[in-house]
Amino acid sequence: MKPLDPRLLHQARAARGYFGGTVVFGLLTTALVLAQAGLLAHVIAHAGSGLTALRGSVLALALVLLARAFSVYGGEAMALRAAAATKSQLRQKLTRHINALGPQWLGRRSHGQLITLTARGLDALDPYFARYLPQLVLATIVPIAVLARIAGVDLTAAVTVAVTLPLIPIFMVLIGWHTQARTERQWLLLTRLAGHFLDVVEGLATLKAFGRAKAQAETIRKVTEDHRQATMATLRITFLSSLVLELIATLATALVAVEVGLRLLAGHLGYEAALLVLLLTPEAFLPLRAVGAQFHAAAEGVAAAKDVLDILDTPLDGARSTVADGAAPAGMSAPSASVEPDLTRDEIRFSNVSVRYPDRTALALDDVCASIRPGEHLAIVGPSGAGKSTLLSLLLGFATASEGQLTVGGVELRELVLASPEAMAAWRRQLAWVPQNAHLFSGSIADNIRLGDPAAADDRVREAAVRAGLAETIAAAPAGLETPVGERGLQLSTGQRQRVAVARALLRDAPVMLLDEPGAHLDAETADELIEGLRRHSGGRTLIIVTHNPAWTVHASRVLRLEGGRLIPAPSPSAADRTHSRGDQPLGVGVRA
Amino acid sequence: MTTLPTSADLVVAPGLRTDDGRDPFRRLLGLARPLRATLVVAVLAGVLTVACSVALLGVSGWLIARASEHPNEVALALAVVGVRTFGIGRGIFRYIERLATHDAAFRVLADLRVAVYRRLERTAGSGTGRLHGGDLLTRLVSDVDGVQDVFVRGLTPPLVAFGVGGLAAATATLIFVPAGGALALGLICAGVAVPLLSALLARTADARLAPARGELSNRAAELIGGAAELIAYGADVPALASFDEADRTVTRLARRSAVVAALSAGLTSALVGGTVWLMLLLAVSGQSAGKLSRVGLAAVVLTGLAAFEATGPLSAAAQQLSAARSSARRIFEVIDLPEPVVDPAAPLALPAGPIHLRVRGARMRYEPAGPYALDGVDLDLPAGRHVALVGRSGAGKSSLVTALMRFRELDGGEITLNAVAVTRFAADDVRRLVGGCLADPHIFDSTIRENLRLARPAARQEDLDAVADRMQLTGWIQALPRGWDTLVGPHGSALSGGQRQRLALARALLADPQILILDEPTAHLDEETADALMADIREATAGRTLLLITHDMRHVAGFEEVVVLSGGRSVAARR
Repeated sequence: MKPLDPRLLHQARAARGYFGGTVVFGLLTTALVLAQAGLLAHVIAHAGSGLTALRGSVLALALVLLARAFSVYGGEAMALRAAAATKSQLRQKLTRHINALGPQWLGRRSHGQLITLTARGLDALDPYFARYLPQLVLATIVPIAVLARIAGVDLTAAVTVAVTLPLIPIFMVLIGWHTQARTERQWLLLTRLAGHFLDVVEGLATLKAFGRAKAQAETIRKVTEDHRQATMATLRITFLSSLVLELIATLATALVAVEVGLRLLAGHLGYEAALLVLLLTPEAFLPLRAVGAQFHAAAEGVAAAKDVLDILDTPLDGARSTVADGAAPAGMSAPSASVEPDLTRDEIRFSNVSVRYPDRTALALDDVCASIRPGEHLAIVGPSGAGKSTLLSLLLGFATASEGQLTVGGVELRELVLASPEAMAAWRRQLAWVPQNAHLFSGSIADNIRLGDPAAADDRVREAAVRAGLAETIAAAPAGLETPVGERGLQLSTGQRQRVAVARALLRDAPVMLLDEPGAHLDAETADELIEGLRRHSGGRTLIIVTHNPAWTVHASRVLRLEGGRLIPAPSPSAADRTHSRGDQPLGVGVRA
Repeated sequence: MTTLPTSADLVVAPGLRTDDGRDPFRRLLGLARPLRATLVVAVLAGVLTVACSVALLGVSGWLIARASEHPNEVALALAVVGVRTFGIGRGIFRYIERLATHDAAFRVLADLRVAVYRRLERTAGSGTGRLHGGDLLTRLVSDVDGVQDVFVRGLTPPLVAFGVGGLAAATATLIFVPAGGALALGLICAGVAVPLLSALLARTADARLAPARGELSNRAAELIGGAAELIAYGADVPALASFDEADRTVTRLARRSAVVAALSAGLTSALVGGTVWLMLLLAVSGQSAGKLSRVGLAAVVLTGLAAFEATGPLSAAAQQLSAARSSARRIFEVIDLPEPVVDPAAPLALPAGPIHLRVRGARMRYEPAGPYALDGVDLDLPAGRHVALVGRSGAGKSSLVTALMRFRELDGGEITLNAVAVTRFAADDVRRLVGGCLADPHIFDSTIRENLRLARPAARQEDLDAVADRMQLTGWIQALPRGWDTLVGPHGSALSGGQRQRLALARALLADPQILILDEPTAHLDEETADALMADIREATAGRTLLLITHDMRHVAGFEEVVVLSGGRSVAARR
């Protein structure tokens, strides 16, 4: 284990100042340790001469003891505050970086693990900062200073200490090598355990339906038991290391005490000198022992930091470079106007676009050529897994084309993404998206709809909700639009959640609406209402709908069919006829406010 | 499996069942009762550990002081042996103590995890899931792990300190009474007053810190779970800002408790110094007055110096205990959740042979004074009948499934199996008869195979192949590089919506309940596949009882009976 990951100092400014501070406190503590032992030995040795004679030493001792108390307070406060600041910096960087890595990257990771890592994974840094690092500094300064002081008094004792002292770091390194892999494995197990818990708890209803929920209790017990056994196996060795370390330290003290005592008996050493050696010897070992005792906690801290630092070192694939570094982009500031595509007038063009996902052999999209004009009502159909959602991901900038180009008004989308976070944000502001499984955020129904337009007035939110078919839901909800919904929308049905997402998209008032199977969770009647609402209010907007509902394809101005990532010629003549004939659309297109 | 409390349950949770008024902390200690022997060993070993190091320094002091009087070497022999013994003993006792404590802590942890899980299991599916996903995770991992610290850092150190402190003070008193008194006073201040004070100060901060951490965890869950929507809607920046806000709150509170922790450490150090200084002062005066020998002086002062090793970990222990109290309270909040379904004391055996399920005047609501989600539903489902249940979203279809699956009691009316009320059977037994596919089936972060097999762990590969074939999954699975062992990702995120649905349906078929309930099985599927799938479902369920919940009227054509649900009532049935 590296005592300190250089990346930590690099990533967290707070850690840098702190490291300097610990050295200062280390030096101060060393001086105080030496002074305390000297004064104590002096007073005990000359106790016979009475308090008055010793007044100076006794007062000096009081000052030294007081100073030690202050330095203990200052050192620990600094360490814990530095740990809190470092954790905060790393957490904020981590969430930004995860956000920048985007939904595609997140799709391949366990969310439970990431949440644990973000929320509490870094807590292991507390003992690492407050105990391990300061002790590490002390462990390099104190033994040398103490040894020098003992050597000045009694060379034999100094030799005893000098021979036994190095055994401690040697054993520590030897045992450290052995435990590092185990500690890392144990941390991995702990995060897996967290992911497993969330998964099992979220799926409890499903497990229960199959009569498997109770059996899972046994699995949890078994997994936890495995964790206990693995941890205990690690601890038996880690503790064995501290056994050896303590043995060396206390035995050395005992040896020195006996040796000094016998030399004193023989008259080779003065009483005060002997006392000084006795008082100083444990002090030489104390910081080394403390480092050993904190080794386990430290290893956990380093392992936790490593997970975070590894994610921070994951390169952004260039597809998304939003808010990862530096200041957040100014929300509403207009990007350089010259290249900005405008979806109210610009055509979206796919030129031989292929998409390959990292862990899949087949292409998700295979040589797709298509263009989408403003105001079109386009239906994308095809069997499951045909690449319909990938098409939307491309437009949203979640996925990038492995080959070919996706251009809008002559601008390649990939360049737009690379240009600036503002440009990408401006591009996405022209899109309103209804995903297949809408995520509901904790907050009220209105809050969730306002994701589409945070500044929207109440009546606009209500209008969007009604148009999305939420009128009854709102009427039945105890606090109407302001009724809170659970984090995953626990109190709303899947269909209701879907409609919240539609309302969100309607409120967005964007030139292009992307709907991923908006009718999947709705009954036919409700779905019809929804279509009706969308058509009535489309007002010349482009609608791109991934669907299998015939009601949607009938009214579409064009139907694109995907199979195995490839575009198949339009199947429905009636729909094909209407292609590009914007005047024919049953919606009265044309003018947009 | 019956739903009577299992014996494991009773062992795990003595005193978990009784509802509160009781200190969550005591209930926590109740968990450790079976481990009493281990804890006694831990405490004894802890006392011997610290006693060894106090004795090492005290006897060494005596040895040197005595040596300076140049006596016969034999006079020192015993002390020499003692010093060496204490030097060796310490490390060994420490090893025993740490192993015993950690082992006990981990065992309690396992029990607690399972206890929390069991309680969540009882409320699952009942619609009372008021716990947030992220917060839930914090509870299970952070709070339960926090409890582990109670046993490692909270429980043994005070007992050890009490034992060692008593021994040291008694020894010092034997040598010189005033010095012994000073030591006892110092130990009590450092071991009792300072930790209590710091725990008091820390409690306010920690009480705020635990919910703040929950909030942080929720924010993280939203950022990570809702990333796609946040980014698409340009709301990621404000969401990051609100995470930062939660982070700042946590950091601010953590800094406050940092000062508290440091203050108690500094105070302890000052007390140790002050006590040793006072003992020295008293001893020097005592020697001047001839009440204390120079050998006694060295021994008593050095004993005092070493004795405070016992109280060292106490401030940290007090803060651990204080933080653990908040965690324990929230854990018991989960454990104390009311049971949505209570099994009868003596559940009847399930009826053998064909089952006739009837629902009469079913009423159900989620809040005591809330609107009825079911408000008089009748349903007749004789063995072998195919019944379709249609209705708009929010008509109560899923609530009826909740009741049929015995996830929740009805508030009125009844459900019968062969004319016997379902409440007379164990809920788990009922679910073996009445099962299927929920509206929002959970796909687990595991392999395709494991996701299927959870419905029937004993299933052979042929069984899996058969249901996969029926759900038209075979071609897709074969095309995957890792086939059946493909990992599906969290929530099945590596699958398309249709694939997830098919997997869930295949699972329901594999479970093979007598009465099959399929809640919106064709959601997410394209029209042709949906039609083909419905045909397959009909074929696979021929001769078996089926309740299909759907919004697609095309799929109810061949059903013997169609029940229309509206506003929580069954308004029409057609044959």
